[in-house]
Amino acid sequence: MSSITCDLCVIGSGPGGYVAAIRAAQRGLSVVCVEREELGGICLNWGCIPTKALLRSAEVLETCQRADEFGITVENVGFDFDAIIKRSRGISAKISKGVAYLLKKNKIQHVKGTGKLAGAGMVKVTGDDGEQTITAKDIIVATGARARSLPGIEVDGDRIIAYREALTLKNRPDSLIILGAGAIGVEFASFYRSLGTEVTIIEYQDRLVPNEDAEISAELLRAYKKRGIKIKTSFGVTGATTSDSGVSVQIEPAGGGESQTLEADKLLASVGITGNVENLGIEDVGIDVERGFMKVGPDLRTCVDGIWGIGDVTGGIALAHVASAEAVYVAETIAGHHAEPVDYSTVPACTYCHPEIASVGLSEEAAKTEGIAIKVGRFPFGPLGKTMAAGEYPGFAKFIWREDNGALVGAHLIGPAVTDLIAEPTLAKSTEVNAESLINTIHAHPTFAEALKEAAEDAYGLAIHK
Amino acid sequence: MAQIIGLPKLSPTMEEGVLVRWVKQEGDAVEPGDLIAEVETDKANMDFALEDEGVLLKLLVEAGATVRLGAPVLILGEAGEDITELLAEAKAQLGGGGAPAPAAPKPAKAEAPTASAPAAKAQAPAKAPASSGGRLLASPLAKTLAIELGIDLRTIEGTGPSGRIVERDVRAIADEAAAPQAQETSQTPSQTALAVIPPGPLSVPGDSGEYVDKPLTNIRRTIAERLTAAKRDIPHFRLTTSFEAGPLLAFRKRLNELMGGKGKVTVNDLLIKGIALALRRVPDANVAFMGDSIRYFTQVHVGVAVALERGLMTPVVRNADLKGLGVISSEVKDLVGRAKDRKLKAHEITGSTFTISNLGMFGIDHFDAIINPPEGAILAVGRIVKQPIIDDDGKIGLGQRMSMTMSCDHRVIDGAVGARFLDELVELLESPESLAL
Repeated sequence: MSSITCDLCVIGSGPGGYVAAIRAAQRGLSVVCVEREELGGICLNWGCIPTKALLRSAEVLETCQRADEFGITVENVGFDFDAIIKRSRGISAKISKGVAYLLKKNKIQHVKGTGKLAGAGMVKVTGDDGEQTITAKDIIVATGARARSLPGIEVDGDRIIAYREALTLKNRPDSLIILGAGAIGVEFASFYRSLGTEVTIIEYQDRLVPNEDAEISAELLRAYKKRGIKIKTSFGVTGATTSDSGVSVQIEPAGGGESQTLEADKLLASVGITGNVENLGIEDVGIDVERGFMKVGPDLRTCVDGIWGIGDVTGGIALAHVASAEAVYVAETIAGHHAEPVDYSTVPACTYCHPEIASVGLSEEAAKTEGIAIKVGRFPFGPLGKTMAAGEYPGFAKFIWREDNGALVGAHLIGPAVTDLIAEPTLAKSTEVNAESLINTIHAHPTFAEALKEAAEDAYGLAIHK
Repeated sequence: MAQIIGLPKLSPTMEEGVLVRWVKQEGDAVEPGDLIAEVETDKANMDFALEDEGVLLKLLVEAGATVRLGAPVLILGEAGEDITELLAEAKAQLGGGGAPAPAAPKPAKAEAPTASAPAAKAQAPAKAPASSGGRLLASPLAKTLAIELGIDLRTIEGTGPSGRIVERDVRAIADEAAAPQAQETSQTPSQTALAVIPPGPLSVPGDSGEYVDKPLTNIRRTIAERLTAAKRDIPHFRLTTSFEAGPLLAFRKRLNELMGGKGKVTVNDLLIKGIALALRRVPDANVAFMGDSIRYFTQVHVGVAVALERGLMTPVVRNADLKGLGVISSEVKDLVGRAKDRKLKAHEITGSTFTISNLGMFGIDHFDAIINPPEGAILAVGRIVKQPIIDDDGKIGLGQRMSMTMSCDHRVIDGAVGARFLDELVELLESPESLAL
């Protein structure tokens, strides 16, 4: 059994783990990063990136299908499902190699295997090369999370699948039931619907993307219905039975009532995540696990000195960029540098369905619940010259300002390119740009971003084109 | 031998100044008397010149910075001299750190005098020096909040990136300010008659947006100090009279016809000339109290109070008794214009021996003014009012009356002297042709 001594040992190499490792190394610490699977974690290999690759294929297909609108002749429009999946996997592999390069460049030792906490300052790694002991002054647990399963809905990887399988199916399913209308659910719905699959979304809450502003949910519902996606909100799933021909799913209205049975080729479970806390020795060293996640304090320390937790495993906001932000904060703190704690009120969230959704800050409802006096402005993308030229129709931008001083409470976007457009409201929120300043900022014409300025102005009755 | 040069006293009352602009740059060679920089003092923009020759080895403060009197502003010496020690010394005097300018945290003063502009606008970064230290970093929201809560951003230490002032910093100061005051209000009532007023709805000061506290500008601070002292220390008494202004108006009309398009004489110009001639006739009214002596001015310099957006200034018409009305008219016009643009030089706002304050154009019938020390008197003039008058034959006619109140320093001007001055002035103004003599 070999042993390694270092300043910092990071368990996990996702957007939390590898970022923490690199920043600590940049600050002069000797760093070991333990990873049992591909470098880059879920985000690069099974989450953000490969899904975006699939959705891009879907977009190209749909554009080809309506090419005549643009005066373009495209004949025999079709797709090769296998090739779409291969492209997606290829992109993940490429980015994973990029992470390997970055770790190497920063002289971070990558130890392949499963890490386990063995007391303060010690990690045992079991891997192909046998067991290794890593002694480190500090340890960051960044093991991430995986799909949560519902009782009675066991993922078998064939008829009942989770995101991993949904990313690597051999054939396009003719019909798909998606359980859960969060980001993962509506993204896969968007992808498979574009390829012609009959898609049904089941959501226990009363609307799609329940974490978003209610108006965004309503707009997505309209768009999805138009795309022929079946929506069953306010329905819960009571069970699913599989057969050679498919899966039958029993659903029941959330408020009680007669149950129904839906049939499909596959059932995709996307009802949330649970932390990768098993076999990690978390509880052995005295750290609590609560509801499937590792317990950390607001400063991301655990109750054991020198052990930190970041990203999805801690049960915070499960987004790659949040894990990365936490990683930087913790790595800087360990290295003795001053770092600003992560401001969770300014975290943008993006969903890459079609139309795209992006938001930062509070929804209108949440603002009202908090008793904030607000001014709300909206502007649709449709009337913009850029939108008409691009041939993208739906969606709008919505700004919520504090009534008294124009501070940005929240921004909610649905429509073309909004996952990129959200950067502006996010900067506004994090740097306290208020309504007056944003309105006084010249927005280029013609751009989708004009909708943001107009929506900001609309809150004060000053939108020019409304 | 290199030396540190401190900010000199550029006006009699200045305690600090804003270095508006460096005229010479680092490395420039200067001769005695060369203009080095422009400095805004409590009075005006002043030229800052050096009495020595040499090379400007180092400019220690940035344009826009507020500098205390005597604080180091530059190092003068010979080209190539080692100034490391002097630099360290200067920095120590400036209150140390590596801060490049002593008043770096308060650069906004340069713009502050526009009292009506919101505080945040005064901090517009456009005029701030480009390098570090001079610029006030604050988020737009922090600026808005500061205005709302009446907090001076310059008094706040930012905790955002690079010391940027963010919302929480402003809120923290507001809470701090509100806490003790809230305590006071809760403790005081029981002892006083006010106790019967239910204290409930009284809002917490500083947190309600009911008022905005703006820091005093240099000019406003000077006005406050000087007028408080004048009102407190000078035994004022007032003499009021009025005169028939019809002939004066007719004379003015005639003058303006004569001048054609070449400017216009105002009633105020005529009054300035009248005052100057009256002071010649009654030299006992052209005096100042000097503590142990009475100063009798041998020349007549009339100060003209000018209302500006940022305060009050009194540019001076020198030797007004010797100048023709056309000259006085164009001079006043020029002085007032430059007062508005802050282009007046120190000698143009000092040395008056008597001041006129005219609120006639603001529709004021009559008022009295506070003496502008060290002068012995000031004349407050109201508007011309049409009213019935009874002439020497007992007939009622239409009069155009103008009211004047002279405030006198009783230590140097007695009632009879004041009355004599006014009598002469009225005579001059009622026979305005004599103003042209």
